[in-house]
Amino acid sequence: MTAASPFSRRLDLTGTVELFHGGGGRAMAQLIAELFRKHLRDVQDGDAALLPPVSGRLAVTTDASVVAPRWFPGGDMGSLAINGTVNDLAMRGARPLALTVSMVLEEGLPLQELERLAQSLAASAAAVPVPVVAGDTKVVERGKGDGVFLSVAGVGVVPDGVTLEASAIRPGDRVLVSGTLGDHGMTLMSLREGLGFAGDLQSDCQPLVDLVASLLAVSGVRCLRDPTRGGLAATVNELAWAGACGFLLDETAIPIRPTVHAAGELLGIDPLTVANEGKLVAIVAPDAADRLLTVARAHPKGRDAALIGTVTDDPRHFVQLKTELGGTRILDWLMGEQLPRIC
Amino acid sequence: MKYVSEFRRGDTARTLAAAIDAAVPADRHWRIMEFCGGHTHSICRFGLTDLLPERVELVHGPGCPVCVLPIGRLDQAIDLALTRNAILCSFGDMIRVPASHRTSLMSAKARGADIRVVYGPQEALKIARAEPEREVVFFAIGFETTAPTTALAVKEAAQTGIGNFSILCNHVLTPAALTAILEGGVAIDGFVGPGHVSTITGTRLFEPFAALARKPVVVAGFEPLDLLQAILMVVRQLADGRAEVENQYARAVSRDGNAVAQALMAEVFTLRPEFDWRGLGTMPDSALTLADRYACFDAERRFNIGYASVADHKACACADIVRGLKKPQDCKVFGTACTPQTPIGACMVSPEGSCAAYYAYGRHREPA
Repeated sequence: MTAASPFSRRLDLTGTVELFHGGGGRAMAQLIAELFRKHLRDVQDGDAALLPPVSGRLAVTTDASVVAPRWFPGGDMGSLAINGTVNDLAMRGARPLALTVSMVLEEGLPLQELERLAQSLAASAAAVPVPVVAGDTKVVERGKGDGVFLSVAGVGVVPDGVTLEASAIRPGDRVLVSGTLGDHGMTLMSLREGLGFAGDLQSDCQPLVDLVASLLAVSGVRCLRDPTRGGLAATVNELAWAGACGFLLDETAIPIRPTVHAAGELLGIDPLTVANEGKLVAIVAPDAADRLLTVARAHPKGRDAALIGTVTDDPRHFVQLKTELGGTRILDWLMGEQLPRIC
Repeated sequence: MKYVSEFRRGDTARTLAAAIDAAVPADRHWRIMEFCGGHTHSICRFGLTDLLPERVELVHGPGCPVCVLPIGRLDQAIDLALTRNAILCSFGDMIRVPASHRTSLMSAKARGADIRVVYGPQEALKIARAEPEREVVFFAIGFETTAPTTALAVKEAAQTGIGNFSILCNHVLTPAALTAILEGGVAIDGFVGPGHVSTITGTRLFEPFAALARKPVVVAGFEPLDLLQAILMVVRQLADGRAEVENQYARAVSRDGNAVAQALMAEVFTLRPEFDWRGLGTMPDSALTLADRYACFDAERRFNIGYASVADHKACACADIVRGLKKPQDCKVFGTACTPQTPIGACMVSPEGSCAAYYAYGRHREPA
């Protein structure tokens, strides 16, 4: 007699995550087999996945997701986790080879939601495309986690000849952004605050591997960054210090959707300080700027690309913003939490 | 959104700036104080000083409730939370302001004090209802803008018999601060008056001051074009030799203000004989406390806590900055020892504070 499955009954998806799902026993094996592997079909057997040999430098990165809410217009925790890691690889010019997913699940999480998450992880990885080759699951007691914590690590290969470094930035270089800024952060902020127009806002969560490939096919890209947490403000300030330079940005050239701008005004939050999950900032050589802008705009993920400023020679590494009124001000890192005004 | 962008048009701003330039005689240098910290913030955020002629100098005023609150008042709040076992509810702005002995509300919280950041007194009242076995104190700060909401919470607590709620009352009054600025010997030619305060008080509040001090006061909104227009109105008054109260912010402010809010304040509060301000010193009739019929909601009386004046950090120039005597960059520790991450004085902590606004938006103007 041969058994079709080591499990006497199929996993009951109307149930919830329980402690024994992480205990290393039969329940965990069943969760992995019938829920995760059903969707994440590239996960290999054995304690570690093996990858084929590659030529070129390897790039490796890891990214944890604790987003709340987990489901939002334009994406979800699964797509965010995959694209976050994939885009970090892409910003070094790397083509993603493989990803791993670790999950910390809180007791009581509905299995149906967990399955939706597995589906999203699988679909997001397939869209890149990149295989998810290994995974891990732990379960914590109720109250000791926020539903799901997700961590995605990735490895990629950087083609020979591709070097993207902040140290390559020179005064006079131009700053290119691939599209509208603040969409993701303002969507989540508005959802959390229960603003009525949340329906008009949508996260920009998307992989940028193909857009990066188009840009790198043209010479002149010095450095790439994805302006995630802290938004454009944090990214450009980091670049100013890493590249030992300053920046002068033109506020009127920075693309921001009117609904994002409006939500920012209502919430008292600057769209330039909130996260993007599908945009890049490129520092480009001055003579290549117009050509790269044309290439970016010809790509569906760069339709709203814009040149928003220049690199300056500034020993104090200030990021200055020419305001819509014609004055200048500093664009600084966000200081702590945004607080309600009192007068 | 158009409603906002209309108040930020670059071409209109340039037209207004040109009109300001034309209105100021070539041989004059006028110092105009914007009273309110919210105005200071807008001026720095939009880079308005870049648009003004050098003959118009903006001086930043004391209109930041966090900045003018002396250390001794913060010590009272920390004492309530740390040694009286009260739940202390505070606006977020106060949390990181340095108090005595290198403490702050934040460090007191880390040492076990139950300190909660709230959006306003109603939220504190909600906590008092939810936790009737605990004493809940709302750390009330602010000018006339926030005083009515505190008054409303106290009245509601009295009407619904909430016995475990009280307020540590630090509401202060604008006219006293304006008068103190001029008496302190700072040369100011005209004032941009506070917009949010005036929604409550009306522009009438400033009429005695303008007449007595013979200085123009123009109440302004918070968008950049509001401010440029208000500055134009001030310089035109100065050019004409007028000293009137004018209202640039007519879309929100009237001459008489909000009568309901004023009546509520009159019922719940009474004038303190005197109040100690950071920078401006001890001034009579410059702050509010609870009227006797609401005395049981006054945390100072309820917990019998006294006030002890505490000197500012000796390197900190906040006291001179709130009086308009110094600019943030004149302070020895500005941007070096005192930054938003490591604040020494209140002006660097509060989002309404001059130092925070300069640090966030304007420090590129300083020589390296």
